[in-house]
Amino acid sequence: MNATALAQNFRENRLAYLYILPSFLVLGFVVLYPFLYNIVISFSNMSLSHFLDWRFVGLEQYRKVFTEPLFYVLFLKTLLWTAVNLFFHVTIGVFLALLLNRPLPGRALFRTLLILPWAVPQYITALTWRGMFNYEFGAINLIMQQVFNLAPVQWLSDPFWAYTAATLTNIWLGFPFMMVIALGGLQSIPRELYEAADVDGASAWQQFWTITAPLLKPVMVPAITLGVIWTFNNFNVIWLVSDGGKPADSTHILVSFVYRQVFNYYRYGYAAALSLVIFGILLAFGIRFIRQTKATEAVY
Amino acid sequence: MPKFEKTTSLTTYVLIYAILLVVTAFAVYPILQVIGVSLRPNDMLHTTSLRLIPPDASLASYRTLIAIDQPVREKVAAGWERGGLLGAYRALTREKPFMGWLLNSTLVSFLVTALSVALASTAGYAFSRYKFIGRDGSLIALITTQMFPVTMLLLPLFLMLIKLKVYNTYWGLIIAYSATALPFCIWQMKGYYDTVPYSLEEAARIDGCSQFRTFYQIVLPLAMPALVITALFSFMAAWSEYLVAAVIINDRALYTLPIGLKQFQSNFETQWGLYAAGAVLVCIPVVTLFLFLSRWLISGLTLGSVKG
Repeated sequence: MNATALAQNFRENRLAYLYILPSFLVLGFVVLYPFLYNIVISFSNMSLSHFLDWRFVGLEQYRKVFTEPLFYVLFLKTLLWTAVNLFFHVTIGVFLALLLNRPLPGRALFRTLLILPWAVPQYITALTWRGMFNYEFGAINLIMQQVFNLAPVQWLSDPFWAYTAATLTNIWLGFPFMMVIALGGLQSIPRELYEAADVDGASAWQQFWTITAPLLKPVMVPAITLGVIWTFNNFNVIWLVSDGGKPADSTHILVSFVYRQVFNYYRYGYAAALSLVIFGILLAFGIRFIRQTKATEAVY
Repeated sequence: MPKFEKTTSLTTYVLIYAILLVVTAFAVYPILQVIGVSLRPNDMLHTTSLRLIPPDASLASYRTLIAIDQPVREKVAAGWERGGLLGAYRALTREKPFMGWLLNSTLVSFLVTALSVALASTAGYAFSRYKFIGRDGSLIALITTQMFPVTMLLLPLFLMLIKLKVYNTYWGLIIAYSATALPFCIWQMKGYYDTVPYSLEEAARIDGCSQFRTFYQIVLPLAMPALVITALFSFMAAWSEYLVAAVIINDRALYTLPIGLKQFQSNFETQWGLYAAGAVLVCIPVVTLFLFLSRWLISGLTLGSVKG
C-alpha cells in the first residue's frame, strides 16, 4: 500500500480509530507499558537490595531460569496440573452436555444447578474447599470416615494430597464452562444427521464418533485452548487452597512460584525473566493451537 | 417441558438420572456446606457432624457481619460529626469491617462495569465494521494478552503504581480490572456485532443519520444481549478478583471483599462462621445474576468470542 492509499484508508476510518482509542489507551497503560517494562526488568538485576541502583546484566536472569533444575520440575508439575484438569473438565463437561441435550424432564433444573460452580467467585471456591479439606473438621475427611469408613487424609500438610486437593477444587470449578460450550455446540448439530444415522442402523457409540465428535470439535478446540491457558496460569486455586504453596513451597505451579519470588523474596529480575518464559511457552502453544483451529474450520 | 422419548428404555433413563444426581450433588455440596457453616452457632463451629443444617441454626454470624444496632449507629453519628461522610464511613468500617469491604467492592465493581461496557461496545464496533489498518494485528494482540501470566503485568504494575503514587488507591484497581476484562469483552462485542445485519445501518445512513448516531441509536440497542453479557463478565471479574487487590491495596480501610474474606479464612479456627456467612452474602448477587442470564450465556458465548 503506498502513502496516498494509506492516508486515504486512515481518513475513511477515522471514526474507527476514535472508537478503539480509549480502549487502547487503557490497555497501553495497564498492559503494554507493564509488558515492556517487564522485559526491561528481566535483563536487570533488580531486587530488594538493588531496587533503585539496578543495572543491566544481560541474559543473566534467563541463564538462572534455565540452569536451575527447579524450573524443569515446576514446568512438569504445571503440565501435569494442566493436563489432569483439562482432561476432567472436558470429559465431564461433554458427557454432561450429551446427557442434557436430549429431551429430559427436569433438564433445565439440572443445567442450572450444574452451572453453579462457575457462578461462584473463584477465590470463594478455593477458600471454601480449603475449609472442607481441614483434617479434623473438614467435610471431606468426615464424609470419608463416616460414610465410606476410610482413614482420614492429611489433605493440606502432605505435598501429594495438597496437590490432589487443589486439583479436585479446580475440577469442580472448571467443568461447567466446558459443559456450557459443549451444549451450545450440540444444539447447532442438525437432528436430521442422527435420524439418517438411525435409518442406516448406526449405534449410539458410532453416532457419537462419526457425527457428534467431529461437529463438536470446532466449538471445543478454541474452548480447550482457552482452558489450557487459564489452567496453566491459574494462580488463585493453587495459591489459596495450598495457602501459598504449603507445605514448604512444595505445591507450586510456575505462576504461583513466580508470585512467591516477587512478593516474598523480591527477586524482581529473576521473576520478570521467568514470567516471560512462561508467556513464551503459552504463546508457542497458542499459535500452534489457533492454526489448528483454523484448519479444522476450513474442513468444516 | 421436554417429555420422555419412547425410543429410550427405562434403564437408560434411570442411569441418566443416577449420573446427573451424583454429579449435581458434587456440584452443589460445597455451596450447601458453606451455607450450613454460616448457620452454625458459635459453639458448633467445630463439629464432626455431617448435618448440613445444624440443629440449632442461628443467624448470629450474619448479625455479626451486618447488623447495625444502637452502639454502631452512635459511633457512626460521632464519626459524621467529626469528619462528615468520610468520617461516618470510617467509623462504620471500623465497627463493621464487612460492610466496608462490601461498599468498597460495590463501588469498584460498578465503575469497572461502566468503563468496560463503554470501552468494549465502541471498540468492538470498530473491529466489526471497519477495515482499518492495524485491525487484524490489534485483534490478535488482544488474544495474546490472555496468555500473560499474572505476574508479568503485576510486578511492573506494582512498581509503576508506587512511582505514580496511586498505590493503595482504587484508581489503580479500577483501571487494572477494566483492562484485564477488556480483551475478552471486545472480542465478545465484536462477535455479536458481526451478527447484526449491516443493511439496517445502510438504511439509516440513507435516511441521513450520522455515522455515530447510527451506531448508538440503531446498532447499540440491537446489541443489548451482548452488552448485558459484557456487563456481567466485567462485574464478576471485579467483584471476584483477589490477586491484584491483594497486591495494590494494603490499607485495611480500603480492603475489598476478597482480601477481607481471606483474612477471616486465615484464622480458620476462630472465624470459620464469619467467613462462611460473608461468602454466602458475596455469592448471592453474582450467582443470581449469573443464573438469571445463563440462558443468554450459552448462545452469547458460542456466537461471540469463543468461536472467534
